[in-house]
Amino acid sequence: MKRRFLSLLLAVAVLLAVFLSVRLGHVSLGTGDVFRALKGNGNPTHTRILLEIRLPRALLGVLVGGGLALSGSVFQALLRNPLAEPYILGISGGSAAGAVLVLSLGLVTVSSVLLPAAAFAGALLAIVLVFRVAASADRSLDVRVLLLAGVVVGSFFTAVIALLLSISEAQAVRSAVLWMMGSLAGASWTRVLLVAGYTLPSGLVLMGMARSLNLLSIGEETAGYLGTDVERVKRTAYGVASLITAAGVAVAGIIGFVGLIVPHALRLIVGSDQRLLLPLSFLAGAAFLTSADLVARLILDPSEVPIGVITAFLGVPLFLVLLRRSLSP
Amino acid sequence: MNFQTSELVVRYGRARAKALAGVSMEVPEGALYAVLGPNGSGKSTLMRALLGLIPLEAGTVRVGGRETRDWTRRELARVVGAVPQAEHLAFPISVRDFVGMGRYPHLGPLRREGEGDREAVRAALARCDVTDLVARDVTTLSGGELQRVRIARALAQEPSALVLDEPTASLDVRHEMSIFQLLRASADGGMTVLLITHHINLAARFADRLLLLNEGRVEAEGAVRDVFREEILESVYRWPLAVRTDVVSGTPQITPLSSVSEP
Repeated sequence: MKRRFLSLLLAVAVLLAVFLSVRLGHVSLGTGDVFRALKGNGNPTHTRILLEIRLPRALLGVLVGGGLALSGSVFQALLRNPLAEPYILGISGGSAAGAVLVLSLGLVTVSSVLLPAAAFAGALLAIVLVFRVAASADRSLDVRVLLLAGVVVGSFFTAVIALLLSISEAQAVRSAVLWMMGSLAGASWTRVLLVAGYTLPSGLVLMGMARSLNLLSIGEETAGYLGTDVERVKRTAYGVASLITAAGVAVAGIIGFVGLIVPHALRLIVGSDQRLLLPLSFLAGAAFLTSADLVARLILDPSEVPIGVITAFLGVPLFLVLLRRSLSP
Repeated sequence: MNFQTSELVVRYGRARAKALAGVSMEVPEGALYAVLGPNGSGKSTLMRALLGLIPLEAGTVRVGGRETRDWTRRELARVVGAVPQAEHLAFPISVRDFVGMGRYPHLGPLRREGEGDREAVRAALARCDVTDLVARDVTTLSGGELQRVRIARALAQEPSALVLDEPTASLDVRHEMSIFQLLRASADGGMTVLLITHHINLAARFADRLLLLNEGRVEAEGAVRDVFREEILESVYRWPLAVRTDVVSGTPQITPLSSVSEP
């Protein structure tokens, strides 16, 4: 009952967040304006703001936020570590190195399509590197080695970024730093479709593996005795969750906190059953990031606050309240 | 469901020593079969090899007459329930959900638990006397409760054989006795039970047959009286001991003696 109510609540929260995101901003639209624009007989300026700027941005928030929270939940189960998050295995470092490289070489501006491509390529490079290191030590994929390899590869890319920034022009450094803080400002329908293409099928694959992920969290040997092909589950979960993260980072930069706090907070409320946790994480992450983006746009209008600041400012107090509540008898 | 190995050799990674160096044994159907041996003698490795979790260097393993590698993990889990030595839970989980995981091999990715699954879980909980604990978090259980809950999970698989690695380690008398009696009753009900244990006196009292491993080899195998011989046990455990028939249970029991030469 509590579970069904929470699912419904979160679904409504996503819709509400999207609705408010398309209505509010530097130019606020009334509910009537929104529906008229959607029907195609509204004010042309309003229609353009709605369809070309706000709606793709809100949907990008839904996909990236949902994807990060979902993959965060998978990484926590896979690495058997409640502190794991989507960036822990070096994906953020790899993508940032790719993005900073093209920015510092002056190849692209922040709005170019090359930037997400470079970030995605960097993320893929990090994923492949980490996987190769972790899987070469033994025939089986040891999650402790995976974690170490991820942290080390991440540190390497951090050094690459530092090197690139130190030899870049001031303007390129500023663009790079802003990119690394994450933002949904570059939203477009192309990016929405791109991320949807990665996130939605991958999300379904992961949700289909929920029961196996549950078993992994009680130990690999036991999971094997209970009928799981442990190696296949680990490899698939790592690969698919990484792809979701890579796609999100490519279009929105490194947005911290969503992938760590959303699954963790939900775990405190509904427990650790991945069959429930994965879909709820997606919904909660989607609502959370879309709302955070709305706040980031409005709070210092007309300029924008980095979205990572808002996710932390909103997420930390919320999380602490939940943590306290879960500790009290 | 019987287990059979023939000239089984297992080596971990690039280690020079063999963890199992040519083990041939057979666990008859419906027997309570205890595997004994000092630490590091290959008992847990034998369990992993029997259940196909580690690659074999040589030899064969058969479960129910069929080689382990011909079983899928899921098929095997439907007929053999296993309780490994240690499990480290990453997250809190209720006893009900934990025991419910025993139904995993019977469910597909999209099939939800039905009445039959819930009934299997209820029966397993009752069998292990842990029904009262269903709402508890597994990470808060005492050692004795946890072991019974883990056995309940294996029974929820509705297997025809059970394999357990030291299920009575660090338990008090009451709990170790209740587990041995539970396993004895399961074997009497037709289930094949392979039990790895350091409680050699309880093994002598409850088991039908014993296997004594030492440094990856079979040192002795057979009925309790054939294995419980002073010279065999002394050389394997490298400690002086006496074997006497216990007046209460009527089975041979060992008493470790004081060592004269070593501390």
